[in-house]
Parts: sequence; structure tokens; C-alpha cells
Amino acid sequence: MTYLAKPKFHHPELPKNALGYTHRDYEGTVSTLCAGCGHDSITGAIIQACFELSIEPHRVAKISGIGCSSKTPTYFLGNSHGFNSVHGRMPSVLTGANLANRDLIYLGVSGDGDSASIGFGQFAHAIRRGVNMAYIVENNGVYGLTKGQFSATADRGSKSKRGVTNTDNSIDLAAIALQLGATFVARSFSGDKQQLIPIIKAAIAHKGAAFIDVISPCVAFNNHAGSTKSFDFVREHNEAVNRLDFMPSRMPIEIKYEAGTVEVVEQHDGSKLALRKLAADYELNDRTAALGFLQQQAAKGQIVTGLLYVDADAEDLHAHLKTVDVPLNALTEKDLCPGQSALDKINAGLR
Amino acid sequence: MKNTDISAPDYFHKVVDCQWACPAHTPVPEYIRLIAHGRYSDAYMINWRSNVFPGILGRTCDRPCEPACRRVRVEEEPVAICRLKRVAADYKDDITERLPKPAARKNGKRVALVGGGPASLTVARDLAPLGYSVTVFDGDAKAGGMIRTQIPKFRLPDSVIDEETGYILGLGVDFRAGKRIDSMKALLAEGWDAIFVGSGAPRGRDLDIPGRQEAAKNIHIGIDWLSSVSFGHVTKIGKRVVVLGGGNTAMDCCRSARRLGGEEVHVVVRSGFEEMKASPWEKEDAMHEGIPIHNFLVPKFFTHENGKLTGITFEKVKAEYDAKGRRKLVNAGEPDQHFPCDDVLVAVGQENAFPWIERDAGIEFNEWGLPKLNEATFQSTHPKVFFGGDSAFGPKNIIWAVAHGHEAAVSIDKMLNGEDIADRPMPAVELMSQKMGIHEWSYDNEIALDNRYKVPLRDKVVALKDIKAEVELGFDPDLALSEAGRCLNCDVQTVFSAQLCIECDACVDICPMDCITFTPNGEEKELRTRLTAPSNNLTQDLYVQDRLKTGRVMVKDEDVCLHCGLCAERCPTGAWDMQKFLLHTTQAGTSCRPQRRSAA
Repeated sequence: MTYLAKPKFHHPELPKNALGYTHRDYEGTVSTLCAGCGHDSITGAIIQACFELSIEPHRVAKISGIGCSSKTPTYFLGNSHGFNSVHGRMPSVLTGANLANRDLIYLGVSGDGDSASIGFGQFAHAIRRGVNMAYIVENNGVYGLTKGQFSATADRGSKSKRGVTNTDNSIDLAAIALQLGATFVARSFSGDKQQLIPIIKAAIAHKGAAFIDVISPCVAFNNHAGSTKSFDFVREHNEAVNRLDFMPSRMPIEIKYEAGTVEVVEQHDGSKLALRKLAADYELNDRTAALGFLQQQAAKGQIVTGLLYVDADAEDLHAHLKTVDVPLNALTEKDLCPGQSALDKINAGLR
Repeated sequence: MKNTDISAPDYFHKVVDCQWACPAHTPVPEYIRLIAHGRYSDAYMINWRSNVFPGILGRTCDRPCEPACRRVRVEEEPVAICRLKRVAADYKDDITERLPKPAARKNGKRVALVGGGPASLTVARDLAPLGYSVTVFDGDAKAGGMIRTQIPKFRLPDSVIDEETGYILGLGVDFRAGKRIDSMKALLAEGWDAIFVGSGAPRGRDLDIPGRQEAAKNIHIGIDWLSSVSFGHVTKIGKRVVVLGGGNTAMDCCRSARRLGGEEVHVVVRSGFEEMKASPWEKEDAMHEGIPIHNFLVPKFFTHENGKLTGITFEKVKAEYDAKGRRKLVNAGEPDQHFPCDDVLVAVGQENAFPWIERDAGIEFNEWGLPKLNEATFQSTHPKVFFGGDSAFGPKNIIWAVAHGHEAAVSIDKMLNGEDIADRPMPAVELMSQKMGIHEWSYDNEIALDNRYKVPLRDKVVALKDIKAEVELGFDPDLALSEAGRCLNCDVQTVFSAQLCIECDACVDICPMDCITFTPNGEEKELRTRLTAPSNNLTQDLYVQDRLKTGRVMVKDEDVCLHCGLCAERCPTGAWDMQKFLLHTTQAGTSCRPQRRSAA
């Protein structure tokens, strides 16, 4: 970490987005995490994704729980709404906020402790309900704030910094999200921004529960030989099924691909995902096949990354509940109490 | 791209833009830090070693360092390097104990220096402490050359010149005042082991247009007039004065005229205001004193009545550019303009003049009347005769004269030690880590936006009354501290060790200027298109290091790096370190001897 604020200087020729902002305008305060923390790279990727999407910062709500990962919303989008909730309770706070104001973009930021242990139930239900959000788990396999105990996502057989072998089975959050009906599931690596940034952009544009499991090495407690979440291990065992290019709806697809190598998926909002296939027979729209593939590769010790599953026609919780288009928090007393005549009509209908 | 070799002295030297731009390569950030610490004497000595005249240059330098300053690329105004140098001179303690001592034993070699200006005095300073018998010949009564005769006292008081020339003459230098050399052959016949010519460019160019002869009494050559003013021979001028020319001499002329009775002083230049040779700050100073500058006016003829000047008539021109982009001044189709005036000062350029060097003395001259010289050694076609300063390559400025003097001194020292003078010594370079603790560096790395501080000036009314009253009052210690804080410490280098890097991207994310990229290698031109931020300044190098685990390279664009050290603070493995690069050019003496391997 550093005690110094980042100087206000920026590169004189820094590109600007459609709103006239540079990526520096999407930063928060300077990170207080350990130097080299993978989470800071994810912060960088979120900043870049929001910059490239020309998102107005005041239209974003970033909600987190407790842990190293849940501190990170302070370090990005300093002009957005934020809520640092109770440990493991990000999903329910996010769900509530989303129900009250469907017009915001919801970024749920959590960690492996926050989502796979104390908040495992919360995680399950938010996904199951299809809350419209980008749920990002910054997954380092250890409890960093309490000095490196195994978390629930640590692989069985992997070693702690002190040489102790983990005997518990691990939770694969991406697989669980698939099972629970997430309509967008991806896994990526903090050390590969080229892969991570388009995935975050696609997840933000996705209408429904989008889940990203980002493996993020803990430089202080989980970056040693014997760890399966170290920079070296992830780089050696990373099996990317595809490379994603994300194109917002207003942008025509200009890049030419060789026939058969690229699959273009159009999402609900008109945005397009162009996927360069790396695993030849990987089926992007097949939930059960994706689950099977994940388990096969996990058994071989490989880490599957990329966009694993997407349902381009996904619906979110608001659609399921048939709520009105106007955000609930914007309904006035007049809308909510339409008066005696309206009540009379309803009563008449029930007679 | 190939791996950057940071052991080559030039690589990091170029990153220290100010030092690289300085002809004498003064370690600028090093002395600015010392000023910030209040260590004025130490700051002075660093300057004194490399540029010999810190107090003089701190008031008069042409400051090639300032346009080069990195602040210009990331903010607007450069650090006021020149005026900080003056702070070191103004607030230092008595430094005489820290000066070299006159040689205890002479080495028996005799060197003659022609002219007592900055070039010769630099040679004298470098050679005298080594034991050479150094004799300086000058036509004037006191040392300093053009520093003393042509720079007005309101910019540079005599006391400063006396002090700094005194340091040199105190090294056992034999100064022959009032002895003008009028024959090179005679000088050569005196059997000197080496002769250095630092006689400057003493002839002011004249303007031969109709009326010049008739009105001669009120038309003066700028540099001659300035020296007459300097010596007190001229104490007044007419009420209406026109100064012709757009260089720094013209600026000195108009401001001097303003103080000697000139109430309406106008500067008139042939070309455009922007193209004037005068430094922008000298133009500002003149305009501040109520002197308008008129441009695109070519002098046609002087008007006169009964042998007395009445004015000068100009043709209005405009600039036209041909297909090759060459500029031509053509008639603008407007009526001629007449400036009535009592006196005209002609400051349209200076020329070299060597009437005292016989053409058969063994020194060849080129088509411009300048001596044929080796550009690295300053040796003329006569092996014992060297040139430097304005007399070498034509009029430049003091700091160039100093740089020439150092190099000529190296040549003379090597020659008289029987060495090959073409074999130039390498600079002395140090690279030291500045890490003091986890988040602690031995320099102030908290970089902030901050505007350049203005040097306080003497009240205009008071200043214009007395030609000897110094206009600039200099920074006080508080202002100096604030201005010193603007220095980006470009000499504290970002040094990268690929074998320690785990490619976590922490440095890429924290860098405020987006200087750092990890990417597959490529040719420079193509690689520049793939960096995190646009990389269009081709004068600044890319720092490339390979042998990373992923096979990529680390590329850092040196262009707008703030040297804030955040990359090093954020690096979990210490792959980035902030190391101070200190370069001293090698001067005459034992360190310029060739490196010999010992048999053992």
C-alpha cells in the first residue's frame, strides 16, 4: 500500500469517453490493501470497464460486505453510491436496493469468505431470484484480514503459507451459480485484465443475475508454492475457454473474424458479445454441459476461465414480480394511494 | 525492442531533462533538493563545480534547462531553476574554505588564456589547481569579459561578478589587466605550452542604410554602447529612443535607455514578435517597464536635419513561406512608418573578430571567419591553440562558454600529459537506492499541482531611477522552498528488476501517468501503439525489460513519469526501486586520465 494520495496529474493525452471523462475520473481514494494485492487489479479492471462503457458514476450503486475484497469499493468510482454492509449480507442489501430503485447499475463486490462462508445463503438466494446485478467475487482462497486461514474456496490438498494441507473440499462458486440459475457466469483472473475487463463490461450490460468469480492472489498469505491461487499456479493451469470482446449496442461489429471461430451473442439490451473460441467444442448456452466441463477440468487440476454460460434472453427479478417500470422509490403518494374510486373498483372486482 | 541498458550513462542522463539540456550538465535536481533543505552552501558548491558562476548564471543564464523541464510536459510552467540557483548564491555561507587551494607545487607547464570572460576563467579554474601556471590576458581592468561589460548592472551587480571571478583569480591565476593581445604570432613566440582563446564575439553588427553616416552622432552600436554605460562613459540618452533588433542585447539596450533618460523607448524588430531571439522572460521584463515592441518593420533609412538624427523610417512587411517552408519577408502593401527619435541603438547581432590573429600563424579559418575546430576537443589546426566560448562557434551565451571551457581544459590537460586528446573521458555516474523504510524515501515524493512562483521585483518607479539598482530581488527562503517543491526529482530513477517481478499489475494500476505497460515485445514504433497511454513523444525513450515469467516485457514510457515512486511503494517484491542517478562530467585532472588495467 501507500500512504500518499495518487497525484492529481494525469497523462496529458489521456483518452476520454463519450461523457468526456478519463479513466482517472472513475477512481476512488488510494487503496490501503497490501502492495501487489490482486484485488487492486480487479479495482483497476472495474475502473477501466466503467470508463469504456461511459457509465455516469452517479448511476452506479456499489455494495459490499466485509473483508479485504469488500473494502475495495472505496478505491473505485468515488462519485458513485456505496453501501458497505454487514458480513455476508451484501446480497440482501443489494436486492433491497434494486427493488427500490431498478434504474441503477448494481455492482455487488464480495470475497470468498463473504460469499462462500458467512454469506453463502445470501449469495444463493440473490442468484436464485435473478436480481439484476453484476456480482463479483474477489476470490483468494484465504482469510487475509485474519492472517491467512483457508477459506471455503481453498482447494483440497493445497497448502497454506505455513505448510498445512487443506483437508476440506472446496466450494466452486461458479459451479454453484450455474446450478442456482445465474444467467451469466464467468471466471477470470486478476492478473489478466485483457480477459477480465470485457467480462465485467458484459456482466454490467447483462440483464439478470451475472456472476463473476475472479481468482485474485493474496500476495501476503496465498502466493507461495503449494497454493492453487498464486500468480504462478493460476498462470500455469489457466484454461481459457474463450476470449470475449464486448460491444455496446450502439457500436456496429467492425472486427472481422474468420468464419467458425467466433460466436456472436446478442444480449437483451442489444449489446453484443463476440467470443473467440479457444476450447473447440465448448457450448456457451448449455448450463449442464458447462457444469460438467467445469468439474472435469477441476478434477484435472485445471482452472477454467472465460465466459462460461450466458442466457441472452434472461429476465430479472422485476420481470418475475411484474413491477412497474417506474422505480418504486419514485412512486408518489398519488401513485400509491389512488383514492376511494380506485379502491371501489378493486372491491367491486372482488365481489 | 532490446533490453534497455541502464548502465550506459546517457540513458538515465536523458531522463533528467534539465541536466541533459544544460551544456555544462549541472545536476539540477540534486542542488534543488539541497536548497529545499536549506543547505545553500552545498547547493552552491554543486553548481560551482559544474557551472563556475552560480551567482552570475542565477541572474543571467539563458536557461536551456527550463524549456526542457518535465513540469512543462505535465503542467504549464517549468521549475524556476535559474532563480533557484541564485538562491543558493544569495544565502550561502562563506565558502572560501571549500574552494580548491592554489597548487602547492607548479607542474612547470605554462598556459596563456586570451580574454578574461567566462570561457577563459573556466579553463583557468580547472587548470590552476592542478599546478599549471595560468596567465589570463584581458584588455579591461577587471575580469569578467562580456559579463562585466555588456550585462546591465540592474540585472547583475558588480559585487556578484567581483565575488565569483575572485574565487578563480584566487586560485593562483595570473591576471594581466589592461593587456590586450594584438598578435597571435608574438604570443606563440613566447613559448607557451598551450594557448586558449576566449576572446568572445566583440564586434556589434552595423546597419548600413541611408542616413547612417550623416546621423552617426546619435546612432550607437548596442554592445559598445552597453559597455560605455557599464564603465560610466555614457550616463544619458535622448528622450525618444528606438532600439533596433530582437535579441537579448536589444532588451538590455532598451531597459538601460529607459534608466538614462529615455522616456519613450521603442523596440522595433524585422520579423514577428514570436520569432524574436530574446528569451521570453527578457521580453516580458522590457514590456513590464513600459517599452513597446513593434514587429514586422524593416528599417529603410534614417532621417536627419542639419546632421542631427530626427528619426527612422520602416517598411511594413509580412512573412510568406515558400513550398519548402522557408520564410521570406515581403512588402505588406502598407505605407511606410516613421518613428521620430533622438537616438537609435543598433542591436542587430554580433560578429566574431580576430584581427589580431595573423592568417599565417598556423590557424585556419572557415568561410564564416571562425577558426576551424575539432568540436569535441576545441583544438584548432594549430595543435597548441584552443578556442572556446563565443570565439569558437559564434555568439551563444555564458553557460555554453563554461561548457566549452571545461572541455578545452580537459584537452589541454591531456595534451600536456602526453595523451590522445580525442579520447574523451566518461562522466562519473552513481546510482543509489533512496529507500529508507517501507514507505519512506530520502526525497519528497508527494507530488502536487503547483503554479510557478514569481520572483519579487523592485518597485518600478524606484528601479527606473537608478541604473545600478537590481530589479529582481530574488526568492526569499520561503518562496525558494515552495518553488523547490515543484521539482519532480527526475534524477530519482525508476529501476526495474525483472527477476523479482510477479506481474501483479500493481504498478500499472497505481501509476498516475499510465507510464507502465506489460505486453508482448515488438519493434519500438509498433510497441508504442500498444502502451497504456498514448506514447507520442519520440524524443523520450522507452525503458524495456524482458525475462518476465509470462514472456512479456515491461515497458515504461519515460516521457511524463513524475518520479513519485508509487510504483515502488506498491510493488510487493521490490522489483521497482527508486535510485538516485548522479552524474558529474569529468573535468581536467586525474579522473580524466585513461583507465589503465593494473597487471595485478
